[in-house]
Formats: sequence, structure tokens, C-alpha cells
Amino acid sequence: MVLQSIWFFLWGLLWAIFFMTDGFDFGIGTLLPVLGKSEQDKRLMINAMGPLWDGNEVWLLTAGGVTFAAFPLVYATMFSSLYTALMLILFALILRGVAFEFRGQVESAAWRKTWDACIFVGSFAPALLFGVAFGNIFQGIPFDGDGIYQGNLLTLLNPYGILGGLLFLSLFLVHGCLWLAIKTEGDLHDRAVGLANKLWPVLVGVAVLFLVATAIFTPLYSNYLAQPALLLVLVGDVAALFGIKYFLRKAAYFKAWFASAGTIVLCTFFGVIGLFPNLFPSSINAEYSLSAFNASSSPLTLKIMLIVVIIFVPIVLVYQIWAYNLFNVKLKSEDLDLEEAY
Amino acid sequence: MDVVLLSRLQFAAATMFHFLFVPLTLGLSLLVAYMETKYVRTGDETYLRMTKFWGKLFLINFALGVVTGITLEFQFGTNWSRYSAYVGDIFGSLLAIEATAAFFLESTLIGVWIFGWKKLSAKAHATVMWLVAGAGNLSALWILLANGWMQHPVGYTIRNGRAELTDFAAVVFNKFGILQFLHVVPAAFVLSAFFVMGVSAYHLLKKQHIDFFTRSFRMALVLGLVSSIWVAVEGDQHAVHVTEVQPAKLAAMEGLWETQTRAPVVLVALPDEKNERNLIEFGRIPGLLSLLGYHDINAEVRGLKDFPKDERPPVLLTFLSFRVMVALGTLLPLLCIVGWFLRNRLVENPWFLRIMLFSIPLPYIAIQAGWVLAEVGRQPWIVYGMLKTADAASPVAASQVLTSLVAFIAVYGLLGLAGYYLIAKKVAQGPDMAESA
Repeated sequence: MVLQSIWFFLWGLLWAIFFMTDGFDFGIGTLLPVLGKSEQDKRLMINAMGPLWDGNEVWLLTAGGVTFAAFPLVYATMFSSLYTALMLILFALILRGVAFEFRGQVESAAWRKTWDACIFVGSFAPALLFGVAFGNIFQGIPFDGDGIYQGNLLTLLNPYGILGGLLFLSLFLVHGCLWLAIKTEGDLHDRAVGLANKLWPVLVGVAVLFLVATAIFTPLYSNYLAQPALLLVLVGDVAALFGIKYFLRKAAYFKAWFASAGTIVLCTFFGVIGLFPNLFPSSINAEYSLSAFNASSSPLTLKIMLIVVIIFVPIVLVYQIWAYNLFNVKLKSEDLDLEEAY
Repeated sequence: MDVVLLSRLQFAAATMFHFLFVPLTLGLSLLVAYMETKYVRTGDETYLRMTKFWGKLFLINFALGVVTGITLEFQFGTNWSRYSAYVGDIFGSLLAIEATAAFFLESTLIGVWIFGWKKLSAKAHATVMWLVAGAGNLSALWILLANGWMQHPVGYTIRNGRAELTDFAAVVFNKFGILQFLHVVPAAFVLSAFFVMGVSAYHLLKKQHIDFFTRSFRMALVLGLVSSIWVAVEGDQHAVHVTEVQPAKLAAMEGLWETQTRAPVVLVALPDEKNERNLIEFGRIPGLLSLLGYHDINAEVRGLKDFPKDERPPVLLTFLSFRVMVALGTLLPLLCIVGWFLRNRLVENPWFLRIMLFSIPLPYIAIQAGWVLAEVGRQPWIVYGMLKTADAASPVAASQVLTSLVAFIAVYGLLGLAGYYLIAKKVAQGPDMAESA
């Protein structure tokens, strides 16, 4: 029980880190047509995440891999149920990743435009769809006792699912603006800050709607009612959300980005705690729901994987923080002259 | 078409496309790291230009390898959910370890390498490339251990209606997986070496950048020579192990229908599965198969008729892919040996350079054929002897899989075109000789 519970929260943590890191990449990519007024702006935006996006995306692979290793039945049922949605996400990520590398390789406006479109779609679609997917998981997925999904892609596009998508999208857009504020100067910087200020109230509005809708559409609050102390997570999340605005006003963009990172992580945990112990609840019958206790791997596998994660995840964090630090300087236009720049 | 067949086709398309790019990154990363180290040690600008030129080609391949790899991990869930639920306890762990312990390092550091030229010391920058190369090859180890477990499951027991791990060490030191690693990764080095030699030959034939491409060619030649001989020698050991643990695959590889002692190798044949015989047989060498499989000319080898019909792999495809792999696996080291004798007179031997230029696709074909042999030859099992492929697919609608299969073919087709267009363009441009550190 303890081991399975630990794995449940590790599972949540890995998804949270994925959203926190790749989230700002998704945000920047989605904003490419909005903030990227000139070719110079676009290149600055892409290069602002250039050294980091690939490492960020591995958190997705790790979250997926850990779901597979620790909760194979969840992995099997979740990804086959969400087949089309996940395929859309994967194709989006494929186009986005290739676009970064390919975009600057040919001197042709049409070539660049094509890949710009891939970056936009490849960022916007996952931002939205991950939110839709998690929204649906929070309220339950219509699958039967054999793990067979009784719906289609449109089933997922219900009001609460869409609201989840909008929440993720607005979180990532703010997160992306703040990263641009850190990495750029001058006009692009000012516009990124301006947009962050404009998007923040939107994010607050969507978050409030989401919290209210969560009470209506999902059972997530029952865990909180049973253990009111857990509401501190929600309080912390709201505090982080207001921290974004506070630091934005003080022009402390790095702190604002951290507050935004905290908002995303705590928001993920708000959902994960509410779900506990379910990982993939069924909306047809609660007995079909897959939980940390009925869908986990054997104790031996959980133990071995725990050792692996305890050793390697801190190491990964150390070298990723080192890499973030290395590139924690303002991008200058001469940085774009480098042959290696995107 | 049914879900199983569509899912198999999709997985084949996705993995084979993935493996057009990954092998080159495995070997080229090592060569680029070596070039950069040479630059750091000697200060010779040519090595820096080599690092940058081959590095660019590496990065294009790397991007395609990475994005096509992500889908593979998730396809086990989307398309093979019954498999995933049944063996996730073991198989899932290997994939998770790959991401955590290897792929993370590679992906994080590749960004540092691309953007870090001015931010790191020359030594540190070269070290980063070695780590990228090491992590990439370490990734390959975990993936091949995962595949090795599908080929020859070990360290498990069937409990709670699924395969559960009992012995992690047995899984990690699974002989089949280790032998595959020692076969596939050196084969990837061969492919990389032939790519570098072929591209170099292209420029040497045009008599341009002679010093640059002679050095590149010779560097790759050493890697190609050593690894192609290694692949052939190791392949023999691998075949012995296949004989031991996957006898049906061996019989199909060799088109052997009857169980017999002094079993022959037939160089050319056309297996006829319906009538359980070979239509044409040419170049029959008695006893050779017994010798290869058991290192004993009189050993008995089991024929296909010894296995129930529903436990035989598709014979023709297994047989042909093995022949293609072995024929190329014999040719490639020979080309390297010729190259070794001509290494100081490359420009004077345009005929050889032309052969090497047109040999670029050969190791690609050999590697793809090798995977067809490994995967098709394992059928009808998804996990040999444990779980049949027919019982492993997801309970999704065939129309869903058909749609995604069409999308895969369309998207990957376009990406492949764009990718090889870029690679050809960068190759034709040649190195940037004006640029300096």
C-alpha cells in the first residue's frame, strides 16, 4: 500500500515537472504567430527555448515510461482509450520537434512558413489536448470492465474537458510569456510582458471557473473534505497564481516565472490529490476504475523502479538545472548569427 | 483488415522509419566527438570544420530519430494494450529506465552542445559530445534489452494473470538482449562509417576539400573495418543462441523443413509455405547449418515440420531477410578491407570511391533486413513462447488504427523527404571553409 501510494504521487510529480518545463515551450510556440512580428522576433522566440525544449520533452517520455512500469494496466487502458487524442498529440510533437531543427536550414520564406505553422500547431494542440485529457480523467472516462473505451474523440470534448484544455493553455501561455520576458530584451520583451499582464486575468478567470466546475462535474473535492489540511495545496496554488502578478508588477520576471512554475505544479497536484487513489477512473462504474492499488506492478518492480528513480531523477535535475543556468542570460541579436542557432 | 494486422503494419512503419535515422546517430556521434577531441588536442582547424560539418548532419538525423522515438514508446499503450498490461511489469521498467538513465542525458546535453560553443571551454564542450554519444548508445542498450526480453523472456513468473518480475538481474543480463546489443550497435557503427565514407567519396571524386574528406574517410574506415568484422563474427554467436532458444526462427531462416542431422545451408531457395518445401534450391552445403548452429557438423537441427503450423513464422520473409542481411554483412567488411589497402591512395582510385558512394544504402538495407528477421522470425509470438501477437493488440476500432496508419505514412513520408532533402543539401554544400573558431 505504501509503495503503491508513493508511486502514485511520483507519477503525479513526473507529469507536473513535464508540464512545468515543456509548458513554457508550448506557450512560446503557440504565441509564435502573435508575438513573432518579424523573422528576427520569431528566431529569438525559438532560440529562447532552443537549448532546453528537447530535455524538457523527455519528462513526457519519463512520465509515460513510469506509467508503463509502475501501473501497466493504467498505461494500457489510458492510452488505448485516448487513442485518437494521444495520436494527435504525438503527431503534433513530431512536427514541432522537427520544425525547430529544419526551419532555419533553407533560405526560403515558404519553407520557414511551413515549419512555423508546425511549431504553432505542435505547441497549441498538446497544450490544449493534455488539458482536455486530464480534465476527462478527473471526471472519469467511459470505459467498461474489460478496459474497453465506450466513446470517441468527441466524447472527450465535453464542457469540463474543454475547460481543462483552456486552463492548461492559459497556464502555458502565461508561462511562455514569462520565459520570453526573462530571455529577451527591447520590443519583444515589452510585448511579452504586456501580454503576460493581459493574459493573467484571463488565467484567473479560467481557474476560478475550473475550480467551480470541478465541484460540479468531478468527485475531486471529496478527498479534500475528508482531509481539509490538503486544501493547503489549493491555497498554495492560488498564492502562486497571485505571486505571478505580484512579481510581474515588480518587473522581477525570473521570480514571476518561478511563481508560474509553482502554479502549474500545484495545479497538477490539486488534481492528483483529488484523484487519489484513482489513476484512471471509469465513469460507467466506479468498480472498473483503475487505481494505484488495483493496477500497479508487482512489489518487486515497484521497489526496483523506486531505486532507479531515487538515484536518477535527482541526477537529471542537477544537470538540467545546470543547463538552465548556462542559458540563463538574455538572448542578443548576435546570438542568432551563430551558425548553430535555430 | 483487422486490428492486429493494421497495428503490426503501423508498428513496422514507425520502427523502420525510426531506425533509418537512429543508427547513423549512434556511430556519427562517436565520430564527431572524436573529431572534436582531435581539434581540442591539436588546435587544427580542419578538425573543427569536420566537427561542425558532420555535426550538422548528425543533428538533422538526431531530430528525426528523437521525434519518431517518442511515438514508439506510446504505441505500446495505444496499439498493444493487452501486451502492455500482460508484460508491463517487466517490459515497462526497461523503457522507463531508458528514459531516466540514458535518454535524458542525451537530450539535455544535445541542447548544451548545439548552443554552448561560446559558453563552455573547448574541453568541456568536447566532453559534452562524448556524453551525448555515450548516452545514446546506453539508450540503445536498454531498448535492446527490452526487445531481447520479447525474443527470449527470462526472470519472470506468470502470476495474477500476467508476467511478473522475479529476477531483475536475469532480465538485465539476458544473453539474448546482450547479444543483440553487441550486434545492432556495431552494425549502426558500420552504417555510420559507410555514410561518412560515401559522402567523403562524393567530394573526393569531385576533387574538392581533399584533405578534409581524406581525413574523414580514413577515420570512418577504421570504425567501419573493425565494426563490420565484429558484426560478422558476433553474428555467428548470435545465430548459435537463436538455434538454442528460437529453433522455429532458425528453421525459417534457413528454409529447413525436415528435422535432420548434418543439416545443410541452402544458399538460394524459394520456400513454398503451402506445400512445406522449397521450390528452387541452389548451392546446398551439407552439414553447414549443423556446424553454424551447434558448432558440430553432425548435430541434429529441427525442421519447420516439427512445429505446429500455427507456431511457425512466415517462412519466405524470414528466409529472404536473413539472406539479404548475411550477403550484405559479408560484402561490407570486404569493402572495408579493400579500403584499408587503398587508404593512402584514395583520390587515385576513383572506381573505389564510386563504389563507396553507391554503397551508402547497403548497410541501411542490411540493418532493416536484420530487424525484419528478428521481428517477423519471432512470429506468431510477440513474446516468444509466452504471448501471441494475435492476443496482444488493443481493443480499439480497426478504423482508428487505419486512420493513424495512413497518417503515419503521410507524415513520415513527408518528413523523410524533407529530411533527406536537407541531408543531401548539406552534403552537397560541403564544409564551410571560410569559417573559423
